[in-house]
Parts: sequence; structure tokens; C-alpha cells
Amino acid sequence: MRFDSLIESVGRTPLVGLPRLSPSADVRIWAKLEDRNPTGSIKDRPALWMIEQAEKDGVLSPGCTILEPTSGNTGISLAMSARLKGYKLICVMPENTSEERRQLLRMYGAEIISSPAAGGSNEAVRVAKGLAAEHPDWIMLYQYGNPANWRSHYESTGPEILDDLPTVTHFVAGLGTTGTLMGVGRYLREQKPDVKIVAAEPRYGELVYGLRNVDEGFIPEIYDESVLTTRYSVTSADALKRTRELLATEGIFAGISTGCALHAAIGMARKAVQEGERADIVFVVADGGWKYLSTGAYEGTLDEAEDRLEGQLWA
Amino acid sequence: MAIEVRIPTILRTYTDGAKAVDASGATIEELIGDLEARHPGIKARLVENDKLRRFVNVYLNDEDVRFLGGLGTPVSDGDTVTVLPAVAGG
Repeated sequence: MRFDSLIESVGRTPLVGLPRLSPSADVRIWAKLEDRNPTGSIKDRPALWMIEQAEKDGVLSPGCTILEPTSGNTGISLAMSARLKGYKLICVMPENTSEERRQLLRMYGAEIISSPAAGGSNEAVRVAKGLAAEHPDWIMLYQYGNPANWRSHYESTGPEILDDLPTVTHFVAGLGTTGTLMGVGRYLREQKPDVKIVAAEPRYGELVYGLRNVDEGFIPEIYDESVLTTRYSVTSADALKRTRELLATEGIFAGISTGCALHAAIGMARKAVQEGERADIVFVVADGGWKYLSTGAYEGTLDEAEDRLEGQLWA
Repeated sequence: MAIEVRIPTILRTYTDGAKAVDASGATIEELIGDLEARHPGIKARLVENDKLRRFVNVYLNDEDVRFLGGLGTPVSDGDTVTVLPAVAGG
């Protein structure tokens, strides 16, 4: 494979079978390796689509400052594109995100503004919206409400999956901005009306839910419940357990949100076996484990790792 | 027999700080009605116009009840119900 620049190499990631974790020849689980994107996460797709849409719309031109609330991966993807295309980037990040993400962002030349840990990404969104209002010349791409986010998956991730696995029956991904599920979900549903679209939502420690009242909650503007078949809440303990199991059984070293999606994928596989149905279940490996080594997720017992992860944003 | 209901931090003012409480009922709606009898005021934080409030998520054994049967979702002894506010990811 040859590309004219790093940006051109976004997407076309491998889909690999998991023969040891798949329960039978009729019920198979497949991993979409999104860590194989240029900056190592699935976010390279929406970041590129959002930037190129803004360029097409004439709101972004070299020299501009981009502002984005992000727990890390979107920021890193934007930082790479911004460096190559000549933009300045300011990321608003919750304090409780891993040190690796911060180092990467700084290395790419991005500025980081920290938002309070309590409230997690909700707070980052609130702080970023405030900054955007104070600085009308900054361009907030706003992944939570930007249709180019889900369109990147509708136009790239979804078609890639169907090309590689025309027999796909389930698609499982982590729920954050909801972009992956909205885009792939809409595409696959158009092509295969019976496909099941399953969301795996990370259940964090209590700190992240430390809002002052329930009306301060947040639902991304691009979220459309009707695209999903169902939605599971996955605890840190289950996500960690599956992340380690994926490495131990299939050799894949993935980030913790991948364990979250795998947990739901294995649940779907079990259901298919019980009901005697054939299934080809695709789940997303959103990133590799590298950026989470400092969280201690891969060391010691599961209980120790879970304790260390308490209060951290791991997806 | 009862059903365990896990309460998020922001609603523990209604449960004297308890992280999990027991309640009974045949559906999520009945369960919330029973919760209200034991912890007055909590229902209004969860339900509005006979629907779950927009920023409240309720999970039956980890599955979002909005995809099961909403407030009418049947529940049985031994189930675990988890209430969480909607938060952003990404």
C-alpha cells in the first residue's frame, strides 16, 4: 500500500477473526483494528472528515485556531492533521485522562486546557462552549454535534466492514460521541435491514457521574436512539477483564474501551448460540493499549487494576 | 424477595446516602413507585410525564431499558437495576 501523505493513509484497517474467542464455526467474532490508523485510533476518521468539511465550507483556512473538547484520541488525531495542514489546536481535556495522551498532544504542538475531573467529558464540553463564545475567531469542530463525525463512518468504516464481511449480522462499538455507531449503524442498516447495532457504554467510577443534578446530564446532539438495536452499560471490571482476555487469547493489545465493546460482543455471541442462530459479530478495537500503560490497567491483579482506574476516563 | 436498585451519587440524598436499596414490583414503573414510597421525592428525579427523564438512564442487568420496554419493562426477583445520569464520552 502506498500513499502520498500520512493523512491519505487513514482507514482501510484490517478485520481479523478471533478463532479462540468465537464460540463456534457458526458464531464468529471479528475485530476491526482501528488502532492501525495513522495516530493509532479510530478518531483519525472523524477528525479528518470534520477538518475537510470545515475547509470545504470555507470556515477553516491555514493559520486558524481549532478548539475541541476531547478526552484524548480526537485531540491527537486533530493535532496530527493540524500540524500537517497549518492550524493551531487547543484541546479542552478532563484532568482525569492519561498522561500519555497529554504528552502526545504537547509533542504535536497542541495547547491543553484542563477541565475539572468531576463531571468528566460533560465538563470539558461546557468549558469548551464557554471558550468558543469568548473567542468567536476560534473554530470549534465539536465532535458531539458535527454530522461529519458520523458521516466519516458512514462513508468509510461501514463500507469497509461490509466489503470484508458481507455476512455481518452484528456491529458492536463503544458509545462516546456516538459517531461510530450512528455512521456504521446507518450504513449497515441500509444495506442489511436485519443487522443488529449494539452500543457498549463505559460505566465509570462515581467521580465521573458527580454532577450537581440530573438536568446537567449530556447527550451528544448527533445521537439518534433509533439507529441502535440495544445498549449495554459495561463496568470497568468487565472492560478490564476482556481487555486482558483479548491479549491472552488472541494476541491483541488494545485499549480499555475495546474490552468494553468485546464484553458486549461476547454477550451477543452467547445469545446467538443459545438461540441456535448463525452470527458474524464485528466489534471495534478503537485504539491500542499504549496510551493506558500508566493507568496500571495491564499490571497486577484485576482488582488492583480496577482500583487504579477508579475515577479515570478510560474510553 | 426484592430487586436491588443502584443509586447514583446525585440521588443519594433521597436514600440517606445508600448506594443501593431494595424495592419490589413487576415492572420498572412499579419498582419506581415502590422506591417513591420508601424514599419520597426520588420519582420526580427519574420520571417526567410518564417517561424516563431525558438525562436519566436506567439499566436492567446492564441493558438500557429504553431498548427493552421502557417503564413497562418487566423485572423479576434477583434482577439488578442501575440508575445513572447520561454523561459524555469521546
